[in-house]
Amino acid sequence: MSPVETDVKTLVIDGKEVSAHAGQTILEVARENEIAIPTLCQLDGLSNVGACRLCLIEIKGSNKLLPACVTAVQEGMEVVTSSERLLKHRRTILELLFAERNHICSVCVSNGRCELQSMGQQLGLTHIRLPYRNPDLKVDASHERFTVDHNRCILCMRCVRACAEIEGAHVWDTMGRGINTIVITDLHEEWGESSCTRCGKCVQVCPTGALFEKNKIGADHPKSPDFLPYLNMMREAQ
Amino acid sequence: MSKLSLATVWLDGCSGCHMSFLDMDERLLELAEAVDVVYSPLVDAKDYPDQVDIALVEGAVASVDDEKKIAKIRAHTKTLVAMGDCAITGNVPSMRNPIGPQAILERAYIENVTAQPQIPCVVVPRLLKVVRPIHEYVKVDVYLPGCPPSADTFYAAIKALIKGEPLDIAALTRFGA
Repeated sequence: MSPVETDVKTLVIDGKEVSAHAGQTILEVARENEIAIPTLCQLDGLSNVGACRLCLIEIKGSNKLLPACVTAVQEGMEVVTSSERLLKHRRTILELLFAERNHICSVCVSNGRCELQSMGQQLGLTHIRLPYRNPDLKVDASHERFTVDHNRCILCMRCVRACAEIEGAHVWDTMGRGINTIVITDLHEEWGESSCTRCGKCVQVCPTGALFEKNKIGADHPKSPDFLPYLNMMREAQ
Repeated sequence: MSKLSLATVWLDGCSGCHMSFLDMDERLLELAEAVDVVYSPLVDAKDYPDQVDIALVEGAVASVDDEKKIAKIRAHTKTLVAMGDCAITGNVPSMRNPIGPQAILERAYIENVTAQPQIPCVVVPRLLKVVRPIHEYVKVDVYLPGCPPSADTFYAAIKALIKGEPLDIAALTRFGA
């Protein structure tokens, strides 16, 4: 008798046997089983893009490190989510992010509420071994309610995804390649002149102080990206 | 046990780290039983001593003077502590890096000045093109991030250094703290 086709997969994560539905990502299954994998670009309610690479994991039998947020589970997989090697790579990724632009925590609107800053602390970062690039980047304050400071952007693409997938406006996108990439509104119009609907979802999902509301700082500026799954759920119910 | 020698140094920073150091208040008396402050903006010594056990360095390297000082400090110090975000990341002083020193000097001493505008060139040291953290110049033994690190952070860190105990920095402080 041939085995019954099921969509349940069994795999091992950090030595723990777990089961999952086919099509689920390793990150989802790990979280269901209270195994924490650090992430920055991933946000519940948005599609996964694997932009930040912080969720890299090891899979037995493969030399490649794979991003857990966009890797689907497979039957019999053996996954390792934390090791010396992974910690080394995750720290280096954070150091690259800090060195790439001008992240001056002490003068940032998001100081104390920044996901990059707290991830640095969580992974034990005390200094950046790479030389800072000190790029000359712009601040666009043309919008009446919001500001974008490219010095603090980590290109996680949350704003781009929230605007396209949730708001349905697709005002945000990116321009340029590699280290020269920046987020833009419309076809690189000023934000204030763009077709922005002024909903503010991009600001709420931004993990750093790159997007912020005018006249608000620090403690006045908590971001609440947790409305996304709720919004999606209510829309599906309709 | 003989006392350890402690130096504190002020490079390109706002002295806020030194203020926070003083915020240890009565705990300074306890530390004074284990260390002698041999060089600091807070004491009178003019020259960096030959042998220092622990040096707390505030500020980034921003001028030719800072460059010389940090090399000398490293050569005569056992344990060099980068104190605060300026020493570790460049922090606020490094915000001039994308603009460059010439534009900054012109803005401060020429454009906004009515009486005898001139860029100072005697006595004050020449600014470096780029402000850098101290670990890009010399080996740093301990990093204490924060803007400034809190008095509690100082107390925990200095006590651990005196006793030679392990130190979990990330549990105490972070960038911008």
